[in-house]
Amino acid sequence: MIRYLIRRVLYAVPIALAVGFVCFMLVQIAPGDPINAIVPADAPGEVVEQVRREYGLDRPLPVQFGIWLMKVVQGDLGRSLATGRTVWSDLSTAIGNTLMLAVAAALLGFTLGCVLGGLAGTFRGSLLDRVAVSAAVAGVSVPHYWLGMVLVVIFSVQLNWLPAMGAGPGGSSDWAWDWEHLQHLVLPAVTLSVIPMGIVTRTVRGIVAEIMNQEFVVALRGKGLTRRGVFLHVVKNAAPNALAVMGLQLGYLMGGSILVETVFSWPGTGLLLNAAIFQRDLPVLQGTILVLAMFFVALNLVVDLVQTALDPRIRRS
Amino acid sequence: MSTTTTAPRRPPTAAEAELAVQARQAPVRSQGYWAGVWKRLRRDPVTIACALILLLMALAIVFAPLLAPHDPYQGSMLRRLRAIGTPGYPLGTDELGRDMLTRLLYGGRLSWFMGILPVAIAFVVGTALGVLAGYAGGKVNMAIMRVTDVFYAFPSVLLAVAISGALGAGILNAILALTLVFIPPIIRVAESVTTGVRSLDFVDAARASGAGAFTVVRVHVLGNVLGPIFVYATSLISVSMILASGLSFLGLGTRPPEPEWGLMLNTLRTAIYVQPWVAVLPGACIFVTSICFNLLSDGLRQAMDVKA
Repeated sequence: MIRYLIRRVLYAVPIALAVGFVCFMLVQIAPGDPINAIVPADAPGEVVEQVRREYGLDRPLPVQFGIWLMKVVQGDLGRSLATGRTVWSDLSTAIGNTLMLAVAAALLGFTLGCVLGGLAGTFRGSLLDRVAVSAAVAGVSVPHYWLGMVLVVIFSVQLNWLPAMGAGPGGSSDWAWDWEHLQHLVLPAVTLSVIPMGIVTRTVRGIVAEIMNQEFVVALRGKGLTRRGVFLHVVKNAAPNALAVMGLQLGYLMGGSILVETVFSWPGTGLLLNAAIFQRDLPVLQGTILVLAMFFVALNLVVDLVQTALDPRIRRS
Repeated sequence: MSTTTTAPRRPPTAAEAELAVQARQAPVRSQGYWAGVWKRLRRDPVTIACALILLLMALAIVFAPLLAPHDPYQGSMLRRLRAIGTPGYPLGTDELGRDMLTRLLYGGRLSWFMGILPVAIAFVVGTALGVLAGYAGGKVNMAIMRVTDVFYAFPSVLLAVAISGALGAGILNAILALTLVFIPPIIRVAESVTTGVRSLDFVDAARASGAGAFTVVRVHVLGNVLGPIFVYATSLISVSMILASGLSFLGLGTRPPEPEWGLMLNTLRTAIYVQPWVAVLPGACIFVTSICFNLLSDGLRQAMDVKA
């Protein structure tokens, strides 16, 4: 296990470096001079030249990447062109809000997905199975930004039950554990939860159905084990793969919440990205994507390690 | 090769005779395969219904100029945001007084184009790279698959937004970004099925009888891997439609006044307090298209007996 752990962690290092390189290249592929990602467009010429030398932008690309990487490793993501604040200061609040939204959506989606998928896999071909499969297909096919709008139309415009925008009363962007903030969380979280609901339902249904077909389940039943006993055996066998899928889904939710955040003006990383794109605020764009992607790389690593710890058979293959 | 040519002639063994018979029957069997696929598809009402809906939508957007009652760009401030069922405007009007039915018909053109083209390009490029990686193995495989791993380290929506956000808004940039999102998963599928086929006896037999790598891939490998890769690619169209319209919704794809479902949804967002049901119409179009492609892909997979 220790050897596997070391190997897997070492494998994540080149991936993280390569992800960093892709993020570095984002500024390079952007139209215009990369210097625009550091100084405002209206800066005087000599300042631009000075900054260009300071940042090493007159050096070859690999050297530039090295310089950039050293800064990033030290936690320096640069400064926002729009606000002048450090990228990290805006990003840290936004990440908290996105994490809040993603975790809420994940809890909702995973619970529903496991229940629906588990029941559908156990009672294949039943009416319940068909309902679960339809819900899963709808969940993965629905444009969730549109679902968000429909929910706003129903629950905010027509029924006036829930707020349509923001993360708290009066457009506050700081989270607090009170009733008003929770009300703001409901619609975005429900909207975002349909994707993991669909995917987890499909996955769990497939895994459970496959396990139920295996001989050992028949044997367990044959020897007279209670339903609860059989259920525990199935859960134990389904858990590693199901948990792996759910872990990755959490990462997709973190990185994919931009559309939902835009619909609900949820002050997270998605809204930050959206603003950065339209203000051509490249440092914020680059920093946000880098941090989200690194989170995903780390999550991948944790999922792999947990899955291997739960199911030693994976390590051997 | 020299061993086969110098070996003394001998009567074929029973196993070889069996192989020869199978080889002669092969074309008949492959016809039987497609006949079987068609037979299974015909018995699947959901798949047939989805195919018909998609066909109707495709016809409607192709013949939009003939079907549309109004001009897609011509608006009027006097008839902004009319309700569904207004005489002359069966689906109401948008925030600039343009006919919704007309805009939806024309909007489908860009939405379908931007949804399907990235998957089509990714299918060609991804299959080529994946089959190359799977067939060549070794260092080539390493190089292609490790680069693929890097793209897998990004959640797909984030990667699409990152690339098209950096390149700037525009239809071509959005298509490029989505293509880059879909190439890696297709490479993975193509590589894994090719690796599976490569180790089968008939590929070894073809190589042993002197066929070059190109011939083996063209004749023996592609025929066996294209089906599964194609089925997988069709399952990506649904995601691609949602993402393409999503990019336009964010303002990264199509630009106004061009009609496109995702962009229409965005510009109508402020209208949800006036005409909520008109405002959500473009999204319903995306949903129907996406769910039909998804179910069609599921049906194809079952009919073609491809494992997920």
